Amino acid sequence: MNHTKPKFKEKYGNYINGEFVDPIGGQYFENTSPTNNQLIAKYPRSQKEDVEKAVDAANAAKVAWGNTSAAHRASILQKIADVIEENLNDFAAIDTYDNGKAIRETVNADIPLAVDHFRYFASAIRAEEGSATELNENTLSLIIKEPLGVVAQIIPWNFPMLMLAWKVAPALASGNCVVLKPAEQTPSSATFLMEKIGHLLPPGVLNVIHGFGPEAGKPLASSSKVNKVAFTGETTTGQLIMQYASKNLNPVTMELGGKSPNVFFNSVMDHDDEFLDKCIEGAVLFAFNQGEVCTCPSRLLVQEDIYDKFMKRVVERTKAIIQGDPFDMNTQIGAQASHDQYEKILSYMDIGKEEGAKVLCGGEAFKAGGEYADGFYIQPTILEGHNKMRVFQEEIFGPVLTVCKFKNEAEALEIANDTLYGLGAGVWTRDAHQLYQIPRAIKAGRVWVNCYHDYPAHAPFGGYKKSGFGRENHLMMLNHYRQAKNMLISYDKNKLGFF
Amino acid sequence: MAYTRVDITEKAEKVLEELKEKHGNVIFHQSGGCCDGSSPMLLPKEDFYLDESDIFMGEIGGVKFYMNEAQFEYWKHTHLTVDITEGRGSSFSLEIPEGFRFIVKSRLLSKEEEHYFNM
Repeated sequence: MNHTKPKFKEKYGNYINGEFVDPIGGQYFENTSPTNNQLIAKYPRSQKEDVEKAVDAANAAKVAWGNTSAAHRASILQKIADVIEENLNDFAAIDTYDNGKAIRETVNADIPLAVDHFRYFASAIRAEEGSATELNENTLSLIIKEPLGVVAQIIPWNFPMLMLAWKVAPALASGNCVVLKPAEQTPSSATFLMEKIGHLLPPGVLNVIHGFGPEAGKPLASSSKVNKVAFTGETTTGQLIMQYASKNLNPVTMELGGKSPNVFFNSVMDHDDEFLDKCIEGAVLFAFNQGEVCTCPSRLLVQEDIYDKFMKRVVERTKAIIQGDPFDMNTQIGAQASHDQYEKILSYMDIGKEEGAKVLCGGEAFKAGGEYADGFYIQPTILEGHNKMRVFQEEIFGPVLTVCKFKNEAEALEIANDTLYGLGAGVWTRDAHQLYQIPRAIKAGRVWVNCYHDYPAHAPFGGYKKSGFGRENHLMMLNHYRQAKNMLISYDKNKLGFF
Repeated sequence: MAYTRVDITEKAEKVLEELKEKHGNVIFHQSGGCCDGSSPMLLPKEDFYLDESDIFMGEIGGVKFYMNEAQFEYWKHTHLTVDITEGRGSSFSLEIPEGFRFIVKSRLLSKEEEHYFNM
């Protein structure tokens, strides 16, 4: 099927208490597409009063929603999944136009994974139970899970629908009401979602407000009327949000990015077979989603005795990447999400070159043709250097791979763990011992072994070190959105005898 | 001669002046990590908890610039210039609503600068 740019209204509202409403102050901001730098639509520039209205609506809805049965909530989540699936191509086109990513990704990854995420939590909440422990013959301890109440969620722009699903599905499944702030670069799919599924939920259960971090994000994160704040983003804002939440002693979960090592041992080249082909692709996955992934395998570590042969094939495969029109199903990488990201990536290439990194391919912007000439495109780039260079240590969030050699397992681990972050990592080998021991020694929440960039529901995802805490994409997220109520019951007819 | 670790372009300083008028006492904190990370954040001074783990790198346009010490370890051999670009960045940085984003441009410290900073 052919995919085309979606049509938009001139402006949209916030979704509060079951309806679209104008921002109270009447201010809007212009959202543009990074594919061509053209206006998409206007979205509310919400202020504190808008946030309070949404938080109040969520609070008004929380008791009734928190008391619904798991079966009822699961059935609604299933319906939400069905609606997203029925409109998959529309959601995909919207996220592609809003974010810049290639349509083959939104069609095959972002939206199907979002659908599955709602189904996963619809199922998980049904199969779940509390616990009962007989502490002694007369004393029973019951643990009953209760929703927190109202949760504030601030999500990023790199996977607009999928990050929404990761946050919203477990929160609703566990009986919470939600106030969600999508990123200001990508407000469109969340709005389209509420147009499609708003009627499935009672008013106030899921509210979406648009706007900027300092104006709408701050009052949301610091509200004394929310019971939890969940955030995906970067470290300074992460600290700031934790501080705002700390004033209310509110729990938080944080997913703050990484600089993920992707380690290839020499045995991968023992044979020239399908597995080696998979390994080459595994190294080139740095370019997936234009490198705008928290777990982008942006540090490639290759054992020195295979380095030249292996890198020759990685460079060849990288040069073969098809770039350009994001709406063409053959396009493999699209536009960076915004002009400032584009500028930031280019400035990293400058410092990389100045520090002495050797450009193996790419190294500059990509000029897209025709109607995409004003979009923000970067060539997939490989920089060879060493791990102390800044391009090896900072999350560039672009299609930029840094590569260095290692001698042996010890050096591979030393380099892999020499980073502030610990979100993702990849280990590739045919050696059965390395398959287990190396992933165990890497300090990261997710280590892909002989694969990369796979995100199936029920595989927990979260960070070590400065990459944050909390585990999404798994039913353990339910407990990040719940209290554990303990009922301690005595069946003893006799008094203690103290008084 | 006195050297600096961080400077600001004229264009960025002009925007900074306007933001100072609007928001009062502010600081820069260099972020790391996902999405909008690896960029300087302009924050209300009283909002952001600073302690001895935040390295004071200098003052630009009358605003103090900090970086966490762990990050500084990887950045200390470079000189930073804060610039501004058009664009819809996200994050909590104060210039975001104006449709601009502070970004940092880097270069290696010269021999003289390294000597000056005792490196």
